[in-house]
Amino acid sequence: MPDPFDSVLYRHIYCTLSSTADAQCEGVGLFGGGLLPGGFEWLAFVLTGVIIVAALINGILGAVLLMIWGERRLLGRLQGRTGPNRWGPFGLLTPIADAVKTMFKEDVVPTVSDRLVFTLAPILMLFPALLVYAVLPIGHGTWLADINVALLFIVAIGGANVLAIVAAAWGSGNRYAMFSAMRAVAMLISYEIPLVISLVGVIMLSGSLSLVAIVNAQTIPFFIIQPLGFFVFVVASMAELNRTPFDVAEAESEIVAGYMTDYSSMKFGLFFLAEFAATIATSGVITVLFLGGWHGFDPIPSQIWFIAKMVGVLALIVWVRASWPRLRIDQIMAFAWKALFELTLINLVVSGLLMLAWPSPSTTELWYMAGINWLVFIASIILFGKLLGPKHDPVSAGNVQRDVTLSDSDAPAIPSGGGG
Amino acid sequence: MPLATEPITINVGPQHPSTHGVFRMRVTFDGEEVIDVEPIFGYLHRGSEKLAESRTYTQIVTLTDRMDYVASMNSNMSYILSVEQLAGIEPSPRGVWLRMIAAELQRIASHLVATGFFLQDLGALGTPLIFTMRERELVLELFERLCGARITSSYMRPGGVFMDAPDDFWPALDRFLAEMPHRIDEYEQLISGNEIVMVRCDGVAVVDSQTLINASVTGPMLRASGVDWDLRHRQPYEYYDQIKFNRPLATASDNYARYIVRVHEMRESLSIVRQCIEQIEPGPVRPKEVPALIRPPAGDAYVGTECPKGELGFYLVSDGGVAPYRCKVRAPSLINLTLLRDMLIGYKLADLFVTFGSIDINMGEVDR
Amino acid sequence: MSSVTAFTASGQELAAEIETIAPRAVTATGDFDAWVAPDRLIDVMTGLRDAGFEMLIGVTGVDYIAYFEVVYHLLSLSQNRRAIVKVRCGEGRIDPVVPSVMEVWRGAELQEREVYDLMGIRFEGRGQMKRIFLWEGFEGHPHRKDFL
Repeated sequence: MPDPFDSVLYRHIYCTLSSTADAQCEGVGLFGGGLLPGGFEWLAFVLTGVIIVAALINGILGAVLLMIWGERRLLGRLQGRTGPNRWGPFGLLTPIADAVKTMFKEDVVPTVSDRLVFTLAPILMLFPALLVYAVLPIGHGTWLADINVALLFIVAIGGANVLAIVAAAWGSGNRYAMFSAMRAVAMLISYEIPLVISLVGVIMLSGSLSLVAIVNAQTIPFFIIQPLGFFVFVVASMAELNRTPFDVAEAESEIVAGYMTDYSSMKFGLFFLAEFAATIATSGVITVLFLGGWHGFDPIPSQIWFIAKMVGVLALIVWVRASWPRLRIDQIMAFAWKALFELTLINLVVSGLLMLAWPSPSTTELWYMAGINWLVFIASIILFGKLLGPKHDPVSAGNVQRDVTLSDSDAPAIPSGGGG
Repeated sequence: MPLATEPITINVGPQHPSTHGVFRMRVTFDGEEVIDVEPIFGYLHRGSEKLAESRTYTQIVTLTDRMDYVASMNSNMSYILSVEQLAGIEPSPRGVWLRMIAAELQRIASHLVATGFFLQDLGALGTPLIFTMRERELVLELFERLCGARITSSYMRPGGVFMDAPDDFWPALDRFLAEMPHRIDEYEQLISGNEIVMVRCDGVAVVDSQTLINASVTGPMLRASGVDWDLRHRQPYEYYDQIKFNRPLATASDNYARYIVRVHEMRESLSIVRQCIEQIEPGPVRPKEVPALIRPPAGDAYVGTECPKGELGFYLVSDGGVAPYRCKVRAPSLINLTLLRDMLIGYKLADLFVTFGSIDINMGEVDR
Repeated sequence: MSSVTAFTASGQELAAEIETIAPRAVTATGDFDAWVAPDRLIDVMTGLRDAGFEMLIGVTGVDYIAYFEVVYHLLSLSQNRRAIVKVRCGEGRIDPVVPSVMEVWRGAELQEREVYDLMGIRFEGRGQMKRIFLWEGFEGHPHRKDFL
């Protein structure tokens, strides 16, 4: 078990509370430390945990509110609108107003619903999203727990929200919700496989499942060395998150709001919260695994670097949402099994061979690896695009395409004897 | 062993985000696949045809606005042509040119709405819709200059239009004509070449032209199946015989073809408006001799016009009085839905709304 | 400005054409229309469709107090012309009925339902008529002159 004292957060809070006599805190605590008398180290231990968890959860809530604002604002700009701008500077308080409004709405529970499951589902949805933050290192020495199987933990937790979706759909007894749950289950299970396999390259390079070790191993960010793994992971993550173009589980133009159709008030609010918390968590994971985590250059603090990279990933997700329509469920499944799965296998084989050639690569050898991997990436993307892409010619604006002809003839519209 | 499944019936609408109004379908699914569709109409039925029987011929113009409320100018025009045919009124040339300009602008606006909502049904989160609505706003602003109204224009009268275009209309129209081609290019860049749009729409809901003709389907839907049938060209009304324009045709007859035909029709409409501006001459917009209260001789008349949705025609029966004895609307939105069931069966739930969007109906016209 | 009526077959032409399809089916002719006996309607319509009128543009019911009339607007895409065929549904106002042309043109499906719903003219040969705009159980047919 790693020492919790590796975490800057833990060390500072614990030592501020614990007695001055504590041998572990030599001049670390704030205000000289020792807010509690000697013999109460156990209380300091408990209080530290409570304080950190409370700070983290509220931090996540704040981040979610900021993200709602940011997403709406960015979407507005991408669509040629202004976005929310009335409440607070730049409309920053709009999500708070929304949250208050959501709380005061009537909590409707359908009579056909299974009340217990209906109520538990939103809570079940929120937990996995929050748990990911437990292992997410958001800066140099700034993490809650550096467990040695953190990656496995994230993957396991990430799959749990399917259960919540099914529970919500089952609980509300709505047919649109059932459609949504079936789609979500099929899709999430399919995308879990490429998601996990795409991580193998990262694990091979870093030699560890611990997120802190993975970040420390990234002298070069892994998305440069593992472009294919990065691509697959980002795409599969977007599918796991139900974001466009994979948002079939809550496709508002087809199945109203999917599993959330019958939810109102704070139950709906929890779903919303969970969704955004998961989005932020996933972009954090992408940052940690592929973008070099908190690495940057001084004097900017490592936490700021991490958040900046994370915001970049979030902006990418919003950008995709603003510009692309939705895929159909069978196309999504086909994409997972015919394209992403094969791409991850290619990545696995190529990475394995490269690791065999350079078992403990130096920086120069890492650059060689990156070069080879990029060639493989570009070649395989072009190949799969040709194999699975639409059978249309590329369209250029203003030109009449193969599908459309401009007729100016006076010949009869159809030959005689037609119809019937 | 096949899995034992049970068909699920869902009432889609009348309150559903993608039914374009208050349309209702009783759809039976086998898993995601549609196995039966029963369209249910009438949620917006206002009895316009009955109302018309107690109004004078000029008053009915306001009823036609409210049928297809995204293409009111075209409805106006179709009705006015029937009245002119019935009463034997010879319209003023300037009025006719103004009517054509208004109708073609309205066609652009209607196709913009169709394209935007079609993409919305495809799941594009608002972006194409907001873009198309922004351009529709330009058209509506032109209408505001032209006749003071934006949606329910009531601009046309038997014999012409109710007033001449103000001086500031023409420069605004020129600005619009200069700007709009770039905007259409923008949609094509965003939408037409998008891989997801292609894979979602290619080969979905294909109907062959024989079936379409037999089911009385007209308009862009028919032209998307390769039938070169446009009433403006085949049976020219107004001054369309003095205009040169092309008809965009597609042969695939799938959702993508229906979309792409509309986009190209917008370009042709722009070219028609340009030609109208070149040929329009000063003069009265309405002949003096048209009486305020029209009393057509007893008889009947029908004129079919090419509206954004298809052939719209008014069948008017007169008994010599000031109000029509019978006023029947041949509504393309309703009749184009004849094949809805055939087009949907066998496709997925997601294609249901895309196909429905590609037919481009307007509930105001379906139910009247 | 070209006249729209230029594309519509005159009553005499149309009657002559129907005569070759179904002799003695035409009961009267007008400027641009021809009246056909209800019992010969299907023959006439099938013949006209095969003669080039591929599309049924409209089905309209008209209440002339003494009798009901159904008007069929036909369109030929191959020959670019129109025709108007009218049918008088017997004398009197009780249960007007005409044969359904749905077998000839699919396009009649919704239009005949509309005429039935609003005008109360029954179309025989297509099963139970169903209302389209109004709900089942609505009393009367609003487009009749005696409604309201």
